[in-house]
Amino acid sequence: MITTYLFYLLSFLAIMFGSMVVLSKNPVHSVLYLVLTFFTIAGHYVLLNAQFLAAVHVIVYAGAIMVLFLFVIMLLNLNKETEPHKSIWLKASAAVASGSLLVVLVGSLKGASTIQSTNAFNPNIGLIENLGTTLFRDFLLPFEVSSILLLAAMVGAVMLGKKSIK
Amino acid sequence: MTLSFLIYKVILVLVIFAITLLVATYSTYAERKIAAFLQDRIGPDRAGPFGILQPLADAVKMFMKEEMIPSVSNRMLFIIGPGVCMLTACMTGVVIPWGPSMNIGGTEYPLQITDLNIGILYLFGVISLGVYGIMIGGWASNNKFSLLGAIRASSQMISYEVAMGLSIIALVMTTGTLSLGQIAADQPGAHWNVFIQPLGFLIFIICAFAETNRAPFDLPECETELVGGYHTEYSSMKLGFFLFAEYINMFISSAVISTFYFGGYNMPFIARFVHDPNWLAVLGFVFLFTKISFFIFVFMWVRWTLPRFRYDQLMNLGWKVLIPLSILNLVVTGGWMMRMEIYHFFIK
Amino acid sequence: MQALTNRSKVVAKKEMTFIEKLYLPAIFSGMIITFKHFFRRKPTIKYPEQIRPFSGVYRGQHVLKRDEIGAERCTACGLCAVACPAEAITMTSAERKPGEEGLYREEKYAATYEINMLRCIFCGDCEDACPKEAIFLTDRKVDSLYTRKEFVYGKNILVESKENPISLVKRQTPQVKEFKHHVEFAHNQTYDKQKKVKNSSH
Repeated sequence: MITTYLFYLLSFLAIMFGSMVVLSKNPVHSVLYLVLTFFTIAGHYVLLNAQFLAAVHVIVYAGAIMVLFLFVIMLLNLNKETEPHKSIWLKASAAVASGSLLVVLVGSLKGASTIQSTNAFNPNIGLIENLGTTLFRDFLLPFEVSSILLLAAMVGAVMLGKKSIK
Repeated sequence: MTLSFLIYKVILVLVIFAITLLVATYSTYAERKIAAFLQDRIGPDRAGPFGILQPLADAVKMFMKEEMIPSVSNRMLFIIGPGVCMLTACMTGVVIPWGPSMNIGGTEYPLQITDLNIGILYLFGVISLGVYGIMIGGWASNNKFSLLGAIRASSQMISYEVAMGLSIIALVMTTGTLSLGQIAADQPGAHWNVFIQPLGFLIFIICAFAETNRAPFDLPECETELVGGYHTEYSSMKLGFFLFAEYINMFISSAVISTFYFGGYNMPFIARFVHDPNWLAVLGFVFLFTKISFFIFVFMWVRWTLPRFRYDQLMNLGWKVLIPLSILNLVVTGGWMMRMEIYHFFIK
Repeated sequence: MQALTNRSKVVAKKEMTFIEKLYLPAIFSGMIITFKHFFRRKPTIKYPEQIRPFSGVYRGQHVLKRDEIGAERCTACGLCAVACPAEAITMTSAERKPGEEGLYREEKYAATYEINMLRCIFCGDCEDACPKEAIFLTDRKVDSLYTRKEFVYGKNILVESKENPISLVKRQTPQVKEFKHHVEFAHNQTYDKQKKVKNSSH
């Protein structure tokens, strides 16, 4: 019962903060609203009994990635004066593009009958032990491949950050 | 979940919150006293006997000071900043086991607000959010020194979080659990994790110094370069919140260090003399606080001994020394845990 | 170039050994040093309760003494003002009227006598210069005041009251008095020379 109310509250907050990200003029405010959105999504994870995902979501997205975003935006010091003036044609085309995307989304959701999960929901699937065994037993190869991908990205970043080698 | 249990939890939350604030308050007093004693001075001794009421006087002073908000600042974020700092500092105390369970009338009363099965990750998440208070406050001040301080703070905290996380992973590998209550319970007597993970402990305590922004890692607020760092523009109790959050962080990190590496509420030989679980709980609480006090003293002792790092030295230490060391620690720990398998693999 | 002293040290930037590079031994030894200071005796003197003992020859606020019957000793000769290296003393003289014998010892007296306590360096040369034993430095401290004007002490502060004369026994011990009689020990050389010039002219 209480989880239903929590779900609606969290969903409302997530949508509200998500729209605030788009609507707020100040880019720093946008980033902070995005952080709040991440919190509400972490709340959803907790409701689904996936505490590990919730914690990792907060640590990785809110705690690390958004901090870097904030970093860059603070250093760029984006003001209203420095904002590039966009032409009316650009705005109109953006409105048409996003409007057609909305139409497509609404149409596809309306066409689909009720969304059904293919297999029964296991409430313990998000727990850390199950997640660990799944990751390291069933999906070991993709896991390791993605770690190699991250390693390659890191090496690339280090190479870009280094002073030019003669 | 019965009503009495709920009431008990509420009381426990309030008590722990009160204790956290009290300890943080008296940490300011201890800081001044210890600094004075290490420098051959006496320190505050006017308010009450031995100056014991000094924190009260400080608090009254902080509240009475004129509240100033710079006219060019971002007013809302300027006020939110110290609040976020304080909130994240207070949130961490939830998962720490303050003592073994009490048993009153056949009902178990754990001295831990909640034993999350992802306790360590929760702790880590909250710590990583601590940056926001400083960043928001520093940016909203609209002051170059504040911004520089905030950027220093956040880059420092992000860098040291990596090494801290890796050192904890080695600990998690040996303990096999992410719950703090389980980690504390798994170190009975003198089977403390520090003997299993000495290198991990060293890395963790260095990172804890960096995460709490204390000397020798107090670059975000270093007076000689940045006036007051991220809280240059702050005054009155908003400044007090920033300073207070630092002391709460120090208290919590001491508690976490004691729980992770020094057995938490356990003490050698105590099980031989005391058998009543309630007395054990009370004594465990006392032992934990002794350990915490010791680590708070170490925090202060280090602050008043070591000079401050230069920023490039700080980053070098974080990325080029601590992270490789913690990875080495991880590999060695893994190798030791798999020693039988490796042995069989090569002997066979 | 030849070294002037043999105290100079050649600074060499040595490569640090592995143990030194760890920094941990250095950190621990530093922490042991500070920990030793933790138990040191503190040299602090808690001021309002404890007062550091004054030196026997402490030179504090001046006093203009009265003689046995309570008349002011100062004759406004101006020797103290001349001797004062900081030029802190000013005075104006006046003639004693008949009937004022109980107030002033000699025919000439100081109508005003001011010492600027902000200029005074408490050297005690006025005391040495005084031929009438009128001005002395005492072991009293000069008060803290709020304005510069207040620090110009006039006769109302400097002259001792008849009812409670300022005791000088602490500073004016018999040894000090004996010492003062020997002109050759006087450290004020200009004063000495003036005296010698005066003597030779006679």
